[in-house]
Amino acid sequence: MTPARLYTLLGILVAGLFLAALLTGVAAVDPVTALRALMTGGEGPVGIVMREIRLPRALLAAMVGACLGLSGAALQGLLRNPMAEPGVIGISAAAGLGAVLALQTGLAAAYAFALPAAALVGALAGVGAILFLAGAGGGTLALILAGIALSALCSAATALVLNLSPNPFAAQDIVFWMMGSLADVSFTHVLLAAPLMALGAFLLWRTGPGLEALTLGEEAAASMGVNLARLRLSVVLGTAAAVGAATAVAGTVGFVGLVVPHVLRPLVNAHPSRLLPAAALGGAGLVLAADIAVRLVLPGQDLKIGVLLALVGAPVFLHLIWRMRGAA
Amino acid sequence: MSVLVLDHLSVSRGTQRPLAEVCLTVEPGECIGLIGPNGAGKSTLLRATLGLVAATGRSSLAALPAAARARTAAFLPQGREIAWPLPVIDLVALAQGGRRTAPEVGAALARMDLAALAQRPASALSGGEQARVLIARALAQNTPLLLADEPIAGLDPAHQIACMQLFADLAANGRSVIVALHDLALAARFCTRLVVLAGGRIVADGTPRAVLTAALLEEVFAIRCHLDEIEGAPVVFPLAPVPRGER
Repeated sequence: MTPARLYTLLGILVAGLFLAALLTGVAAVDPVTALRALMTGGEGPVGIVMREIRLPRALLAAMVGACLGLSGAALQGLLRNPMAEPGVIGISAAAGLGAVLALQTGLAAAYAFALPAAALVGALAGVGAILFLAGAGGGTLALILAGIALSALCSAATALVLNLSPNPFAAQDIVFWMMGSLADVSFTHVLLAAPLMALGAFLLWRTGPGLEALTLGEEAAASMGVNLARLRLSVVLGTAAAVGAATAVAGTVGFVGLVVPHVLRPLVNAHPSRLLPAAALGGAGLVLAADIAVRLVLPGQDLKIGVLLALVGAPVFLHLIWRMRGAA
Repeated sequence: MSVLVLDHLSVSRGTQRPLAEVCLTVEPGECIGLIGPNGAGKSTLLRATLGLVAATGRSSLAALPAAARARTAAFLPQGREIAWPLPVIDLVALAQGGRRTAPEVGAALARMDLAALAQRPASALSGGEQARVLIARALAQNTPLLLADEPIAGLDPAHQIACMQLFADLAANGRSVIVALHDLALAARFCTRLVVLAGGRIVADGTPRAVLTAALLEEVFAIRCHLDEIEGAPVVFPLAPVPRGER
């Protein structure tokens, strides 16, 4: 399959899932009425549901998924390891700690903006710590070790906050948030996340040629004119912006960044640069599909998207590993 | 005009100096064999020449901007890494910014006898075939200078000879090659000049005939050899290590 054809097919898939996400929800609205209300800006309850609830939710699902898929593909390319994912450099854990602190201190209850903003501050502090620990010109191994250390530290701090939580409701809020969810998002969240996601995507997008050369190892890539320090910095900052923003609005959504690049890699002949757009589209499709599924599987129960993705995704991933073992 | 000038190039690592005060000038048409025991500084010399490790002194190549450096020298690192199973032709095309149709790519594939394997994923190839793919990638960069770090290690005898013949042919056509290797017999037969490193310093530099003497082999490599001549080229056959007491 040519890359253009793959991107087109994935694009059609994402568009279809986006439409399906718009038409899925608790309120029973027939598709024609729903889309007409969305297009014409009808003032009735249907128009409000479509514009204020379903549209931002579908938009964010696609944006979050694209960010996770793109970051996963870029990190796997940089680290030349199919097991790499955005969590490996500790950004998700740092953003999570920021959000947990906002919930714990009651800031999140006082200001709707406080939770995502605190998560972003956490992500920013995390990337600062990574760059300080690994050094801007530090090697790949230093980067992974710094990420693991940061991740462990943030998880420990999150556990401490839970441990010292003054009341069970705060603890429950924290636990639910960490499972990841796109319920209760509004255009405020879209507007908060969009600029950072765009910045992250821009930085990651431009790493294609460098990641391609890195297939032959760091020394060969450097001898072909790739600036390794700048490439590492682009991937780390791009991932921090994209995944930090995604975590801020959706909580911890794991697994997408790991499995989407892995599944799509054979379809792009393993090219790290062609994998970037494919994984962005694939991630958007997967999160849209999962967010439709949480509303259909247990309507009214608020099944968390992170839980569903892990429940369904882990066995799929095991199956892939099984097949890979058979092939080898 | 010289292709490469190294002027008192040194690398320090803590209190150690894996490379010390190396001066070297490479002219077009030279196929230089870089020999020396393990840890002599061969790989460090190649890396410092390319600017891949911090060094003092001057390398005319490392002084160039990255893009100009990539147009001047191709590097074949020691670790034969192919991280992803790209098709062979695309791996070779990395040398030309991914352009499969570039004439250099087709020429390099043909030269390394890889045309039939062009569409196969690199993961489906044998170790020797992968080594040839990586050599083809370096060739496709089409540079006046090629630096190769132990390219023939792990190849069968036929491919070792073919690889060294390729380097000799490149030199005969006016390019320059610096190849680090351990096979003294192949170095003697195919290289126009041998540079001997020991303890990070150049201890001998000249034609194979001038460099490969019994005294030098004993002193630098701590081996006794049978020295002979076949078809006008010196032949080195290692016989035994020099006993400890005599070193």
